[in-house]
Amino acid sequence: MTRSTDRRGFLRLAAAGGVASLAAACGWDGGNAVRPLLLDVSRVNDWVGEHILFSPTRLAKTYTPAERSVELPSYFISEMTPMLRDPRAWRLRVDGLVRQPLELSLDDLMRLPRTSYTVKHHCVEGWSAIASWHGAPVAAVVERCQPLASATYIDFRSFDAGYSNGWDMASAMHPQTILAYGLNDQPLPPAHGAPLRLYAPTKLGYKLTKYLVSMTFTDRRPGGYWEDQGYPWFGGV
Amino acid sequence: MTEPAAGAVTDRRPHPGVRRHHWIVRLTHWATALLLAGMIASGLQIFEAYARFGDRGGPFYPSPFTGAQFPAWSRLGGWLAGALNWHFALAWPLVTVGLLYLAYLVGSGEWRALLFRPRDVPGALAMMQYYLRLRREHPPQGKHNPLQKLAYTSIYLFGVLSVLTGFAIYKPVQLGWLTALFGGFQGARWWHNLMVWIFVGFTIVHVVLVFAVDPASLRAMLTGEYRGRFPSHD
Repeated sequence: MTRSTDRRGFLRLAAAGGVASLAAACGWDGGNAVRPLLLDVSRVNDWVGEHILFSPTRLAKTYTPAERSVELPSYFISEMTPMLRDPRAWRLRVDGLVRQPLELSLDDLMRLPRTSYTVKHHCVEGWSAIASWHGAPVAAVVERCQPLASATYIDFRSFDAGYSNGWDMASAMHPQTILAYGLNDQPLPPAHGAPLRLYAPTKLGYKLTKYLVSMTFTDRRPGGYWEDQGYPWFGGV
Repeated sequence: MTEPAAGAVTDRRPHPGVRRHHWIVRLTHWATALLLAGMIASGLQIFEAYARFGDRGGPFYPSPFTGAQFPAWSRLGGWLAGALNWHFALAWPLVTVGLLYLAYLVGSGEWRALLFRPRDVPGALAMMQYYLRLRREHPPQGKHNPLQKLAYTSIYLFGVLSVLTGFAIYKPVQLGWLTALFGGFQGARWWHNLMVWIFVGFTIVHVVLVFAVDPASLRAMLTGEYRGRFPSHD
């Protein structure tokens, strides 16, 4: 009696094992049957990352400029380095659920309080590199545009072929989250998102929108370029 | 632990079966095998995105896998995001299974037969002498010999270590103290990867020993009932 159920259990197990090895063999991402389930779990992990593991006050470790990595890769999704035709005409648009929409020039941003630090950059691929960044805290912009209570997310958009990222408000308000206009004591180079990029040592690199054009406050969770293709939405480290 | 004789089952086998593995042990054993295979396969796919251990520009931790690409059959997820989602989804049930197993061992008292303690050291040495043919008689033992205890205790600790290094890689800022413990983000990646080869090595030796020494133990891990050559061990 128990023998036959055991045998059935064994067959089931063998079948599952077979499926698993087949999955491995095909480089399977779960297919249409399992992929949605994996993405559901990823949302649970986002929730844990955002509400349990993330601290709005804990600061990432800082380093000395002497510890900077000799190499800092740069990425963009356009075919060529995205460049502005007229850099002087560039403005950061701050809009959405705010009392005071803003159009900020680079000079306006440089007049805001300045934060600079040397931190470790973590890429989702597994590499890391130390670099120095300087810019205006996102919190300083938030103070000036006065978001409505209903604004719970920020949609950061770029001029790099539509690349964008959605952020939760707590991560954006972290004291080390900045709108960076400088890298390693120099103006931000085009390869790294000139004239302005989002930077935070508390996020994976793909959350740090380069080539910024706008930040829109919203009450609906915005997607993002990589996030919409399956990368974790929260992306906190 | 012994069944009430062979009365329930009419069987002509010489050895009446003995109950060896509780269903929780069998369930967690096979679930761990499957989940660990999935974790390793997705982990190898993740590794491919940056196949070395060290900050950009180096220096890199020494590893025979620097620059390695593992064969397609050994990878799960198809690409980095797919592999990450597999890895972070399978991690939950794997940790749950590990805790369930531990809870069973503690609750049932079976940990006493498995935990390697300092007093097992002389027995382990005797067992080693036996395997190396320096000693003729098999040393007396309980359910498991001291070397088995050492293996089953350390593999659990390696499991704990792989979970801790995993968290250290997952949240190197929020859990910065943990990451620092393993030598930083890249150090934690190196340790996390080392655990993979310990699990692979353990599994190979484990399976070889099952078939070479005591094939009946495979059936015992499936049905719970042991009918092999070493029933007195229970």
